[in-house]
Amino acid sequence: MNDLLKMIMFDANTQWVLLGTVLLGVASGVLGSIALLRKQSLIGDAVAHAALPGICMAFLLTGEKSLLVLLLGATITGLLAAYCIQYIISSSIIKEDAAICLVLSVFFGFGIVLLTRVAQSSSGNKSGLNDFIFGQAASLVGNDVKLMAGAAAVLIFVTALIFKELKVLTFDPAFAKGLGLPTGFLNFLFLSLLVAAVVIGIQAVGVILMAALLITPAIAARYWTNSLSKMIVISGIFGAVSGMSGTFLSTLGQGLPTGPFIVVTATALFLISMLFAPERGLVTKWIKRMVNNKQLRNNKLLHSEKRSGYHEL
Amino acid sequence: MKPVVVENLTVAYQKKPVLSNVSFAVPEGQLIGIIGPNGAGKSTLIKAILGLIPKAAGAVKIYEKKYRAKDRVVGYVPQRGSVDWDFPTNALDVVLMGRYGHIGWFKRPGKKDIAIALECLRKVGMEEFAGRQISQLSGGQQQRVFLARALAQDAKVYFMDEPFVGVDAATERAIIELLNELKRQGKTVLVVHHDLQTVKEYFDHVILLNVNTIAAGATEKVFTLENLHRTYGGKLSFLEKDQLVVEQK
Repeated sequence: MNDLLKMIMFDANTQWVLLGTVLLGVASGVLGSIALLRKQSLIGDAVAHAALPGICMAFLLTGEKSLLVLLLGATITGLLAAYCIQYIISSSIIKEDAAICLVLSVFFGFGIVLLTRVAQSSSGNKSGLNDFIFGQAASLVGNDVKLMAGAAAVLIFVTALIFKELKVLTFDPAFAKGLGLPTGFLNFLFLSLLVAAVVIGIQAVGVILMAALLITPAIAARYWTNSLSKMIVISGIFGAVSGMSGTFLSTLGQGLPTGPFIVVTATALFLISMLFAPERGLVTKWIKRMVNNKQLRNNKLLHSEKRSGYHEL
Repeated sequence: MKPVVVENLTVAYQKKPVLSNVSFAVPEGQLIGIIGPNGAGKSTLIKAILGLIPKAAGAVKIYEKKYRAKDRVVGYVPQRGSVDWDFPTNALDVVLMGRYGHIGWFKRPGKKDIAIALECLRKVGMEEFAGRQISQLSGGQQQRVFLARALAQDAKVYFMDEPFVGVDAATERAIIELLNELKRQGKTVLVVHHDLQTVKEYFDHVILLNVNTIAAGATEKVFTLENLHRTYGGKLSFLEKDQLVVEQK
């Protein structure tokens, strides 16, 4: 434990990794909230899975493991997957859930095939591409983590800038169009932000669980507030806490993956929110109803009410 | 200047047109009802005029110009069921969305916008619900919030898609008073309407629509049993009794 504290206080790389995962958590919490309300959470999941073939192809083509190149590959296949989903929905009788399923499995399956191919090659078995499945924040070094932190900061900034426009677009797209907003461009922009958040999170969280970092903080935050801006802030904080503690826990032992720990933390936050959030929490609601019923039965609240009498029909 | 002129508007989702060669011109400062059976293309007409769905043919002119949303001449009240009311926001926030066009990109609503939004809520009798979460509003209250949002747009022409559906008598009165207030201010309001009994009472002009424009003009001239027969076709046997009431009025 002492070693860990020392690492955090004195090791510059660990500090960068922490900062990176915190910013990533904020960015995915923020974008995840909007995706949730736009009912696009699962598109994030498909994009994350679809990043795998892009990473493998980038590696096979260049033969080196430069994060920037790999993430470029991930972005291309991620965007391609997102547009395949939109295209299938708009041009066939296939509904959104089936379209997402279809695209996710096809891209991920292809990714696994490529990953097997990489593992069989001579340089590939040491490439560490396996880390992209479940995430390995500790493997982030030097400029990679600065790239990730910088990109996450840009995502947060852009979202804050167009918050008002995203809000009306999410609530009432037809009205947004009536206001003269370029809704097509805004849809494209949001999807790109979502893809970017997924792509920069892949190294730390992994393709399988990246969607959880988008969805879980957002649904947990929804329990605490009825205001979109507050929900986004709370979701960002939950994402940051999850990212940070996931990174912590995975550095406790050799080779522990980061993604699952991030997800476990986020899920714990969600469970607490679902049970104990004021007003909306299940336990809170139950206690309130019990107290209220008791008062009603004791006639404290009904005392001044007019009795309606018995009506035989 | 005519606020709305539609010429030979045709819209088709598939081979069969939903609207075919629809043409009419609307006078300024009047309340206009768009009447027709289910599937007549009433909502489609509004959406096509506003460019929310593509036109197959025809032209629409708003104050003699091609419609551009950013000119902020047109306000729109969509059907209440078109949005998810569980969205995390309150009534005032929804009304403020009507100001977004005036506020412009990147900026947040200021004190002036909030004052205008509150005033619009007051006009629809909803000022005490400004801070209320929208999922906790009744159907009629949600409809009034939508109207307040359209008022906040401060437009010259309004399109309303079935504002009277699923509201109680008090809300219906509040809405009709608001329409008359808009008329006094010289605004033109086009309303998709279903209840034939109230047409004569509410609207100065009507457009009878069933894929084509069956008739359009001043209510007392156009809203006749014969025209309704032509609009509703075989479905009118259901309506016959209602029509007699209308005719007697």
